[in-house]
Amino acid sequence: MLTIFNLHARVDDKEILRGVNLKINAGEVHAIMGPNGSGKSTLAGVLAGRDAFDVTEGDVLFDGKNLLEMDPEERAREGVFLAFQYPVEIPGVSNTYFLRAGVNAIRKHRGQEELDAMDFLKLVKQKLKVLHIEEDLLKRPVNEGFSGGEKKRNEIFQMAVLEPKLCILDETDSGLDIDALRTVSDGVNALRSKERGMLVITHYQRLLEYIKPDKVHVLYEGRIVKSGGPELAKELEHKGYGWVEEGLKEPAGA
Amino acid sequence: MTLVADEKERFLDLQAQFERQQPQGWLKNLRQAAVARFDEMSFPDVHNEDWKFTSLASLLKIPFALSDKVAVSADLRSRLDAETLPSARRLVFVNGVYSAELSRVHQAPSGLTIGGLSGIENDVVRAHLGAIAGDDSQVFTALNTAFLHDAAVVVLPRGLVVAEPIQVFFVAVPGKRATLIPARTLVVAGVNSQAKVLEHYLSVGAAEDVYFTSAVTEFALDDNAIIDHAKIQDEGHEAFHIATTQVQQGRSSTFHSTYMSLGGRLVRNEARVRFTGEGSEATLDGLYLAAGRQHVDNFTVIDHARAHCASHELYKGILRDKAHGVFNGKIFVREDAQKTDAKQTNKVLLLSDEATINTKPQLEIFADDVKCTHGATIGQLDAEGLFYLRSRGIGLEDARHLLIRAFANDIVERMRIEEFRPLVQRRLIAPL
Ligand SMILES: Nc1ncnc2c1ncn2[C@@H]1O[C@H](COP(=O)(O)OP(=O)(O)O)[C@@H](O)[C@H]1O
Ligand SMILES: [Mg+2]
Repeated sequence: MLTIFNLHARVDDKEILRGVNLKINAGEVHAIMGPNGSGKSTLAGVLAGRDAFDVTEGDVLFDGKNLLEMDPEERAREGVFLAFQYPVEIPGVSNTYFLRAGVNAIRKHRGQEELDAMDFLKLVKQKLKVLHIEEDLLKRPVNEGFSGGEKKRNEIFQMAVLEPKLCILDETDSGLDIDALRTVSDGVNALRSKERGMLVITHYQRLLEYIKPDKVHVLYEGRIVKSGGPELAKELEHKGYGWVEEGLKEPAGA
Repeated sequence: MTLVADEKERFLDLQAQFERQQPQGWLKNLRQAAVARFDEMSFPDVHNEDWKFTSLASLLKIPFALSDKVAVSADLRSRLDAETLPSARRLVFVNGVYSAELSRVHQAPSGLTIGGLSGIENDVVRAHLGAIAGDDSQVFTALNTAFLHDAAVVVLPRGLVVAEPIQVFFVAVPGKRATLIPARTLVVAGVNSQAKVLEHYLSVGAAEDVYFTSAVTEFALDDNAIIDHAKIQDEGHEAFHIATTQVQQGRSSTFHSTYMSLGGRLVRNEARVRFTGEGSEATLDGLYLAAGRQHVDNFTVIDHARAHCASHELYKGILRDKAHGVFNGKIFVREDAQKTDAKQTNKVLLLSDEATINTKPQLEIFADDVKCTHGATIGQLDAEGLFYLRSRGIGLEDARHLLIRAFANDIVERMRIEEFRPLVQRRLIAPL
């Protein structure tokens, strides 16, 4: 579903991604771990179409299409969803209005009929219930004045409503208490399916206790330097990122 | 300079021509005094600090005529009806003259004085008209008074609360000749009285007709009075609109106002508040939308002459193309005005590289125990916000409109005259 091939990206003159290779098949959950500043959010941003980054080399195929050529809204309509590490506050726009505009743009793209206010409300209320989120979230302006946990829950709620094909979660677990963490993992697990791929970016192994990944990768200085199964996350937790750094210093072939 | 004299001379000639059609009486005396003051002053140029960013050259080069009497068209009627709120009382002035035919002052509660000036020239009106606006230093106020022959008058006696909004419409029906249209409003709110007053300035007819609306609005709020006010300036493309609102607030009174500016080629909206009693509160909000080569100048003065008063100002501008916006916010805190709380904010969205804004806060504080803040933010649409919206499938253009509308809507939601919001949504916000 998603193939990232030799991806290089820079901000201004600084190369941040330095040849990322990654393949996610439908139905798989991949986790990316890595120390701060290793390029995790950059990778997520490049996939979602953030224009602060210059892709200087490499390709990304999504369902056989060249993802890098698409505008951010086209990517969303094709089924890419990014749960932001820092969700943006949009004063003056209610969550409902915002999300309905998104849902309908995506439905239109797929040739489906747009949802009217009533049908939309039915849909979102049901999702809120599943995720144990209060209904007052709908009326509030997008993320404005939300606590950190509320913002992250709102990302997961949006994901649940938009039902994307590829879910990218950028440190959605950071700074969450155990309840919010459960909302996030419930949301992710509810969406797990044979048709869907997931890329879960996290700094801690904790989230991966709730969301069992198929594969774990370590991103370090803009490259994936280690890949393995869920046990890799545990190992990282015990040994710390220093362990990865040391491994890289060993002479090649040792 | 001879040029300036010529410009003044033209208005004086026009006034003399106007005066010949007017009857004798107290109004004539009022006008003559204003003519004398006007004659002593000159039109400000850009060396005048209060007019630094607004040049009057385009206005002053035009020889204006008096407007003719016009017949009431179906267009005019339907426009008025479309903007009249259910249950509202309305006063309609066409080219500055009261139209009893178009006005609706049905079932006025007892004690309420409402109408055009000619019917109700009582002592309260005589005591206040011209006395609040004080035209000794303001040339455009003197000019307006020099042409004062009609006015929208609302007098609320002690204790009267009028729930239904009062809408005052100043409709310009300009012709081929450039005309001067004077507009005058007087609102006197007695002790403990309360009302909602809306001013509408609009034009019916050819959008490219040139005319000059000179507007002065006077509010006298006695102790504990509450006035919710909104003004919507929706003049024609080529109109000049130079307006002053002067508010005088007695003890523990509340004035809450929203100034919306949409039309016009050269627009100046002055809002001046003077606290004459302690414990009062004034809110001046503004929303100004300009495109093309429009010039919109918002000028506010809040005179904290008494202690324990609060003022809040939030002005928002959206400028496109080569539009030029000006915000000048003066706040005086006099020596005895302790515990003053004044907050002023101007936020501007510049939607083109060629749009410009000059914003100038001016705080003069002579008391020591006060809270005064001011701030201005000027910028383009938030790039992060745009990306966030797009990342949810919303197209770039839709995302832009959504953010622009949200920016403006903030002002609408602060508006206290709730029944007016849908109209503002429709007229101002939806097209954004
Ligand atoms: N918009 C930006 N401008 C400048 N530098 C950036 C920008 N975004 C990221 N960086 C830099 O790129 C590096 C990787 O950042 P990021 O992808 O956010 O890392 P991570 O998410 O793994 O913590 C950091 O050194 C960061 O400072
Ligand atoms: Mg990050």
